[in-house]
Amino acid sequence: MIGFQTLLRKEILRFWKVAFQTVAAPVLTSLLYLLIFAHVMAGSNAAFPGVTNEQFLIPGLAMMTMLQNAFANTSSSLIQSKITGNILFILLPPLSHWNFYFAYVIAATVRGLAVGLGVFLVGIFMAHIPVYNAAWILVFAFLGSAMLAALGIIAGLWADKFDQIAAFQNFIIMPLTFLSGVFYSIHSLPAFWQTLSHFNPFFYMIDGFRFGFFGKSDVSVWLSFSVALGAFACLSAGAVWLLKSGYKLRQ
Amino acid sequence: MTIAIDVHGVEKRYASFSALAGVSLRVEEGEFFALLGPNGAGKTTLISCLAGLTRANAGTLRVMGHDVVNDYQAARLALGIVPQEIVFDPFFSVRETLRFQAGYFGIARSAALDAWIDELLAKLSLTDKADKNMRQLSGGMKRRVLVAQALVHRPPVIVLDEPTAGVDVELRQTLWSFIRELNTKGHTILLTTHYLEEAQQLCSRIAMMKEGKIVALDTTEHLLNAFSERVLRVKLESELPVSLVPLRSKQSGAWHQFEIHDYNEVETLLARLRESGAVISNLEVTEPELEAVFVKIMRGEQTLGPAA
Ligand SMILES: Nc1ncnc2c1ncn2[C@@H]1O[C@H](COP(=O)(O)OP(=O)(O)OP(=O)(O)O)[C@@H](O)[C@H]1O
Ligand SMILES: [Mg+2]
Repeated sequence: MIGFQTLLRKEILRFWKVAFQTVAAPVLTSLLYLLIFAHVMAGSNAAFPGVTNEQFLIPGLAMMTMLQNAFANTSSSLIQSKITGNILFILLPPLSHWNFYFAYVIAATVRGLAVGLGVFLVGIFMAHIPVYNAAWILVFAFLGSAMLAALGIIAGLWADKFDQIAAFQNFIIMPLTFLSGVFYSIHSLPAFWQTLSHFNPFFYMIDGFRFGFFGKSDVSVWLSFSVALGAFACLSAGAVWLLKSGYKLRQ
Repeated sequence: MTIAIDVHGVEKRYASFSALAGVSLRVEEGEFFALLGPNGAGKTTLISCLAGLTRANAGTLRVMGHDVVNDYQAARLALGIVPQEIVFDPFFSVRETLRFQAGYFGIARSAALDAWIDELLAKLSLTDKADKNMRQLSGGMKRRVLVAQALVHRPPVIVLDEPTAGVDVELRQTLWSFIRELNTKGHTILLTTHYLEEAQQLCSRIAMMKEGKIVALDTTEHLLNAFSERVLRVKLESELPVSLVPLRSKQSGAWHQFEIHDYNEVETLLARLRESGAVISNLEVTEPELEAVFVKIMRGEQTLGPAA
């Protein structure tokens, strides 16, 4: 247990010591998105009746930032320690694959939540943000961060170079977040893209999260919850299996 | 006696290349053991298998009786490894690095742990660097931190993979006196080094590896006696008497060299030189050296012990 706690503390300190880059910077980025998109979209029809564009954007941006940062935390921690070789320090002690999994996922979730909270606090100054059901907000915030943290473990184990992590981010994470309805309701899309969106787990994350604020969503919140939970379970199983097999860690 | 390190029939292949080709080795508790061999012999690979950093393709490895695969947690608790390559975490100071390492091994923060960390820092002359970030340390200092990290959980078995590469003379001596002290207290030490005189002075038993195999395994004393002769070197003012030429093993200028097996032979040789009227202007007897043994074994002139 002490071994696990130590690894968790180290993983949290690792981003907290550079919180300016790992927490403040992403909050600023999403503030910029918010200012620009709210300006561009001003005057156009809001996605939900009675919800302004700014109100609509803020939860989507918060979730997008959480997902990206949870992924960045596990993947960059693993690739950094693999490349510098100091992964050795955690491979020599008697830490189990479960210790690894939970320490990495919890630390990344903490970062995701910290960043999400930051976006939310900034959002409060920009618009009135209703809270329809705080429990759903928290459930999706946790699930979304944890799911991307698990995906980040898989990417971090698989990658041998920083560019591969960047490719993962640019060709998988970014398209999936941008096409998940962060900036629009998918009902505004042509039928083909609407159908396609339903295969994107990120869509359910954002839709369910938004439901917690407005009590309105594109699909049922229970469906979103099931998909999110299922995706989280699959990615976690993958991550734990790779950790247990020692994939690229203990050849 | 417990077997501290028990390696049996270990093979490790990288693609078609065989880095370990059936290595078997036993180190008893309390031994100071050297694992020697040229670059690429497979020493680090064997240590990696022992530490669970690499999985062997065949064979078994045990540390203090614990299998490194099936009972990996107990095996790793019993093992302290000083890696060959210098690695460090640039996020932390020396003291933080050591506290984290202790934590990974399940040791909670306590006054006792802090005292042990202070002792380690003092023994390794790192006290004034304790609160410096790892990035601010020189290469040799980083290596000393690696030594401290390996010892922070007080492992009964300590493996040092070239711990003195890049470490200055003074620290090398303090390091060895510290490791010796640990050995006296009952810790088992396995050492690899390319400084053969270190191994000769410190280790009671030696294994030599070549191309993934053990080619010699014996006590230091036996290896020295069996492979390396004492040498008598004499400098003559005159030519070497013809009758003694067949006994000479080497000549360079006025120096003539004779291999001797015990000291009585020195007497005999000197008597014969005097009898034949040779005038000796200088003379020395050299002790056997591990380096000579190593060179002979690596050339494959002879093999000894349970070679694979
Ligand atoms: N990951 C790897 N992939 C392929 N070959 C490897 C790998 N690791 C080691 N080898 C090869 O295995 C052989 C043994 O290497 P090892 O590092 O064990 O040697 P060593 O005895 O420790 O040498 P040195 O004295 O230089 O440290 C070498 O030929 C090396 O090239
Ligand atoms: Mg080596």
